[in-house]
Amino acid sequence: MIKLCPVEDLAPGTVTRIATPDLPVPLALIKVGERIFCVDDTCSHETASLSDGWLDGHEIECPLHESRFDVRTGKPDCPPARRPIRTHDVEVVAGMVCVDEASVAVAREAAR
Amino acid sequence: MTTIAVVGTGLAGVRAAEALRTEGYGGRLVLVGEETAAPYDRPPLSKQVLLGKSDGQDLALTDEEQRAALDAEWLSGTGATALDPATRTLSLADGRTLPADGVIIATGARARSLPGTSDLRGVHSLRTLDDALRLREDLSRPGRVVVVGGGFIGAEVASSARALGHEVTVVEYERTPLLRQLGQAAAKILCRLHTDHAVRLVTGVSVTGLIGPERVRQVTLSDGRSLPANVVVIGVGAAPNTEWLTGSGISCDNGVLTDEWCRTTAPGVVAAGDVAAYRCRSGRLRIEHWTNARDMPVTAARSLLATMRGQDPTDLPVYDPLPYVWSDQYGVRLQIAGRPGPNDQLELLAGSYEDRFAAVYRRDGAISGALAVDSPREFGRLKRELRSAWATR
Repeated sequence: MIKLCPVEDLAPGTVTRIATPDLPVPLALIKVGERIFCVDDTCSHETASLSDGWLDGHEIECPLHESRFDVRTGKPDCPPARRPIRTHDVEVVAGMVCVDEASVAVAREAAR
Repeated sequence: MTTIAVVGTGLAGVRAAEALRTEGYGGRLVLVGEETAAPYDRPPLSKQVLLGKSDGQDLALTDEEQRAALDAEWLSGTGATALDPATRTLSLADGRTLPADGVIIATGARARSLPGTSDLRGVHSLRTLDDALRLREDLSRPGRVVVVGGGFIGAEVASSARALGHEVTVVEYERTPLLRQLGQAAAKILCRLHTDHAVRLVTGVSVTGLIGPERVRQVTLSDGRSLPANVVVIGVGAAPNTEWLTGSGISCDNGVLTDEWCRTTAPGVVAAGDVAAYRCRSGRLRIEHWTNARDMPVTAARSLLATMRGQDPTDLPVYDPLPYVWSDQYGVRLQIAGRPGPNDQLELLAGSYEDRFAAVYRRDGAISGALAVDSPREFGRLKRELRSAWATR
């Protein structure tokens, strides 16, 4: 497991970007109500950081080109993004939000 | 069986077809397109394609699964040449005719050219994938590049050509590039994007000729000067593809005229995207932004289906979104919302004009637009604020 941040740092309705040397790609943590969702922070279309985008319920809108991704499934609702973003299960261990290493690992050529 | 014909297979045509199926249309769906290439996305043409980071294969707007779900007949490589509105019958360039119960016009726009300059080798415009691949080929050799027109396409091409190591000059008719798009204050600030990258700006002049004999060698200007050139790219705007509707009785005036629900003056015929000049709160707009080609066809499809189902399309929400466009040039991201006028006041909200910033435009005190340079988060917030102002303008 990779530790991401203290759970108390996350506020409902906000997106928190996590980029640490442990992580192969930056992640975005989204708290909706009491649930915490974790997705790849980089839009599947180009290089925008989704944590700069707008959160509306379970949907996060890319700040550049307006594709909206469902943080539960990773699926985009409209172009230009056609591919989903990856979603990752997180656990809270001793007050820290943690993500499975295998889930966030990327094939070398897929990393941006 | 009912037939709906979508004329045009760019983003607007594909989005219209997708929207028809999403809205439950189960009849025959025919897409008519001039280009033989499968539908592709255009924004990367001036950037990733010219830079050699994309060969065009990865620009597809649809994959096999999506095409299967569309369950459409694709008539590619043949444009429509006429439309008889009484019978809604299309004539195609290959001689076929196609009667339809509903028609969606999404024929887009084409690059404007300079009169009398098209025959020289080395002279390009950029609209299609073929255009981009031809230009890329010409940019693979060292040489001087002259870009005519400093709009978004011109600036992006200049940026790409510079990144490829060329000596680049941008010739702009106005005193500063992007004057009409961004207004005086912002246009002046953003001149530095060109000059910081050693791209030469020649402004306030027009091009009077391109000199060959076979391959372009010189660009002559209205002030008597001439610029040496091995490659010339003409980026002087786009013209809507409406000529094929001449004689159809469908009203056109710088685009196919539509109402707020994308309806043309012919029953059962709607239009969307670059080709459509739609009625809205502030009069009439024809918008060539990518976002307009993405969003307008959804309204057009819903409106057409409502009409064909005997419902009242005017019960649907009107199409009048806040215009939004972006441009990536010289490693910088520009985002613009609204329709700023040339004399609107620019007000800095975050950052610095020397670097990244977010700003709003004001006209008579009211916000008329937003501009951001490398500030997507701030821009997103501004865009949301602007939406309500736009809806009540």
